[in-house]
Amino acid sequence: MNIKDLSFKKSLWVFHLSAGSCNNCDIEILDLLTPRYDVERFGMKLVGSVRHADVLLVTGIVTNKTKPRVLEVYEQAPKPIIVVAIGACPCTGGIFASGYNFAGPLDKVIPVDAYVPGCPPKPEAMLAAVMKLLGKPASEQAKES
Amino acid sequence: MGIEIFYFLIFPGLLFSGIAGGLISWVDRKITARVQFRKGPPLLQPLYDFIKLLAKETIVPLKGSVATYILAPVFALFGATISAVFILLPVFGLESGFNGDLIVILYLLNIPSLTYIIGALASGNPLAAVGAAREMKLILSYEMPFVLVLISVIIKSGMTIRFADLIAYQSTHGSLIGSLSGIIGFITLLMCLQAKLGLVPFDMAEGEGEICDGIIIEFSGSILAIFKLTKYVMFIALPAFVCGLFFSGLPLSGIDVLWSILKLLVIVLLVTLIRNTNPRVRIEQAMKFFWLWMNLFAILSILLALLGI
Repeated sequence: MNIKDLSFKKSLWVFHLSAGSCNNCDIEILDLLTPRYDVERFGMKLVGSVRHADVLLVTGIVTNKTKPRVLEVYEQAPKPIIVVAIGACPCTGGIFASGYNFAGPLDKVIPVDAYVPGCPPKPEAMLAAVMKLLGKPASEQAKES
Repeated sequence: MGIEIFYFLIFPGLLFSGIAGGLISWVDRKITARVQFRKGPPLLQPLYDFIKLLAKETIVPLKGSVATYILAPVFALFGATISAVFILLPVFGLESGFNGDLIVILYLLNIPSLTYIIGALASGNPLAAVGAAREMKLILSYEMPFVLVLISVIIKSGMTIRFADLIAYQSTHGSLIGSLSGIIGFITLLMCLQAKLGLVPFDMAEGEGEICDGIIIEFSGSILAIFKLTKYVMFIALPAFVCGLFFSGLPLSGIDVLWSILKLLVIVLLVTLIRNTNPRVRIEQAMKFFWLWMNLFAILSILLALLGI
């Protein structure tokens, strides 16, 4: 493993994008920063601007209204970027899958690297997803996405 | 000529202050984590952050001045490095500098803040413009007490404006922190340090919650990496400057090295504890704080220094 991939894995900056969630997954994401889980020991931190992001956490169903916004935020992010769908809504649509304004699961809109199902998923599940993703070097992921 | 380039690029300059400042920023994050009962990032975290940012894609905004946008962080790094050289050479006791270098340092320490403003405005983002306006007001607020404290220090240590002479005076007559005017001046300078480093009570230029990182919102990839490096360099230059003004420098000979590291770490600890125990203030609260209270403190320090206390 070269130093580039190693430092990418050791310093993931996370941007959190809510595509219209019920705020439940968002609270569980913030749980990761608390002393109990403390993701900063893996070098992760939440950033305020998508230009600094390495990981895009998407929560909530993608509606017709938010679909262009999600696409725009994805295009604004510097590559390589890892996209993680947090919760049942971006993975499949969940209970909103038959809604009139549902624009399809997240992987119909942007390429997704990891799915964390659950309503809401536990913080341990999110950590496990990121750890599984980190098994792959970043350059491979960039090729795939 | 060769020795100047060595000073600028290797020893007190870019390489040394980048690495030492990175370590200090790690200490800052680690103390923050311990204060919040967390474990904190690993030792090499600043290095990982820097290399990762260098390897990422750099996005240049469509609307905005591209050359200014790319050059602003370079000039910020240049200003921070050259002020670190001017500060660290006398503080370490390597060179005696020249007469009046205190004033040169005062000007050079402003270059990073000014180039942040220029870079933010060149990016053409409205939130960056808000951050730049706040940074500008913050400079106007903290610059006055900063200069007044320097005047108090100059009066106290025998009217010299050469930084090396200030340190030499303190090593014969005792550190300035031992006197009442020195303590008041140190408190004032610590607050100015907090604002100059952009740390929490005065980080409204980078308010994460409200204006999404403010002045650095549009910067990405290697440009952001240079910004981070500038922050690291400032993180050693400013505490070392305070050590030189109030704690009689950071001598590097023999067992004094341990004392020097301890002095630096005490200042970093104070800065970090202030940042962890205070919420962010609004910009007009910060201006009021500096213009009223800190100026009063600084003037009190000058009066006490004139009386010789």
